[in-house]
Amino acid sequence: MNGIKKPRFGFWSAVFWILVGFGVATGIMRFTRGLGSVTNLSDTFPWGLWIGFDILCGVGLAAGGFTITAVVYLFHLERFRPIVRPAILTAFLGYLLVVVGLLFDLGRPWNIWHPLIMWNPHSVMFEIAWCVTLYTTVLALEFSGMVFEKLGWTRAVNIQHAVTIPLVILGVILSTLHQSSLGALYLIVPGKLHPLWYTERLPVIFWLSAVCAGLAMVIVESRLSARALGRHLEVPIIRTLGRALMGVLGVLAVFRLRDLAARGVMGLAFHPSYEAALFQVEFLLGIVLPFVILLVPRMRRSPKGLYVASLFTVLGFIANRLNVSITGLEASQRHYIPAVGEVLVTAMLVALGFGAFKLAAKYLPVYPPLPNVAPPGTVTQLRSK
Amino acid sequence: MSTQPKSMLIDITRCVGCGACTEACLQAHNLSTNVDDIKELSAGALTYVSEHGDLYVRKLCMHCLEPTCTSVCPVAALKKTPEGPVVYEASRCIGCRYCMQACPFDVPRYEWDKVVPGVAKCDFCATRQAQGLMPACAEACPEAATVFGTREELLAEAHRRLEADPDSYYPHVFGEHEVGGTSMLFLSPVSFDQLAFPLPLPSEALGKRTWASLSHVPDVVTIGGAMLLAIWWITRRRAEVARVEGPGASNGDHTGGGHA
Repeated sequence: MNGIKKPRFGFWSAVFWILVGFGVATGIMRFTRGLGSVTNLSDTFPWGLWIGFDILCGVGLAAGGFTITAVVYLFHLERFRPIVRPAILTAFLGYLLVVVGLLFDLGRPWNIWHPLIMWNPHSVMFEIAWCVTLYTTVLALEFSGMVFEKLGWTRAVNIQHAVTIPLVILGVILSTLHQSSLGALYLIVPGKLHPLWYTERLPVIFWLSAVCAGLAMVIVESRLSARALGRHLEVPIIRTLGRALMGVLGVLAVFRLRDLAARGVMGLAFHPSYEAALFQVEFLLGIVLPFVILLVPRMRRSPKGLYVASLFTVLGFIANRLNVSITGLEASQRHYIPAVGEVLVTAMLVALGFGAFKLAAKYLPVYPPLPNVAPPGTVTQLRSK
Repeated sequence: MSTQPKSMLIDITRCVGCGACTEACLQAHNLSTNVDDIKELSAGALTYVSEHGDLYVRKLCMHCLEPTCTSVCPVAALKKTPEGPVVYEASRCIGCRYCMQACPFDVPRYEWDKVVPGVAKCDFCATRQAQGLMPACAEACPEAATVFGTREELLAEAHRRLEADPDSYYPHVFGEHEVGGTSMLFLSPVSFDQLAFPLPLPSEALGKRTWASLSHVPDVVTIGGAMLLAIWWITRRRAEVARVEGPGASNGDHTGGGHA
């Protein structure tokens, strides 16, 4: 087995270093010759892939952090405890990468801290800046427990335990605020954003879809890390998550259809247009299909069915964010395709995310001790210690 | 000098497309762009004259009364001054470009090729105004197609022209009500959508739409926080009760009557 595994590891670390190398090279260009040198951004298309994917998707896909912590610490659903640390880790890394992505995208990244002292409470961006700053701090504190435990700092571990509940509550509030506010960003462009996506309910849609994406990411990731780290899947937990995902996907589907109907633009979804085609991709493949897969009991119970449904949910979520931030604005602004440089930086961020997760999973007590592979009945006993 | 907010009235029926305003603007802002190369607004051209058949339409910042850009800027780098101009303070700017994304008139431009880039747009010659001078473009216009004055007197003048010569004008003052009103007021011989003005525009300031969402923040924090605390307390209490009543109780075993 070891003989087979080694070259695989070599392949992925080669991919990792190539992506990081290209990303760093692009970064050097960007910081010495300006944004125009590596991006297809322009006066008529000021926000591109870095905002659409690195920020909007990055934040949304990290939503598993606040949902799972809420489930375990606030709802006291103890059986989810084995996945709370991986979820916190993913969220923390996700937000760190969002910040790195922002440093690339902002024209004057050295001023990134300005919103903390230069206020404009009427700006959605100002609110997001505060929420993301505070929530990244919350995640760092939630994450710190694993580091303290590894270092054997008992006092620090105890202090961290004592503040967990306030931290989790703060995290849920901050996440609800900025996950929805990322949608509220687009309330300001009624004349520019295509009516399939422009709605005053954007904040609610962004929050609901982030919850879906967060849950789906936890499922996808537990399968990937199970394969990469040779661990067993927490199958009963993943099944329950799958049921929850099905529920939220259903709510999201109904909410979005009602929104289209209420605004009288349902017909636009069937027009033979560029926008309608991409809307269908997002809605049918990203919401309806995973919902239907989860509806089938046999699929809902199998790890593979759960994985496939979650993968579609994640891809559909990404399609939604790119549609709102790019597709829906192309008709009023201009056609936009990201430049190679933009793709390279984004690919580097994704690679960094995978690499950092792997390192953390290797050196920190992210997962409960291995005996956890025993059947579900024994898991409860393990956790009582 | 009155401190009343200033405006400009741009009468498309009078404009002959000479481009004197564009040149005066370049000079006043020390820009070295060649006038003949200007096809759009850019960091090097804060105003220009676009051709629509035999009509000429000036493009420049509208200096809205309740500007979208000032409402979206997270660091208040863009400000509406009481005198009328919407001005940009580069040292505050973080470069998020939300102003460009949000502006209903697509006015703010960016210095894409600079290492320390900033937003560029017409500043209504705020520094010249502070010295008691009129904006360079209005001063340069040989046909008085662009005139400078207080918003009140220019609005009155616009309506006077519409009434005096209804055959020459499309009966609308663009900027009187659009997105809450703008400092730049336009008169045209034809409807404004024929001249690529962004229409339709609501008469309410766009910032109200994001404020509708932001105003929920205190509710989410207080009501949301209280609800989460309540959930935490109730579920913890339930777990405690279950523990005290013994392991059988929480599994629902007692329904069979086997309660210890």
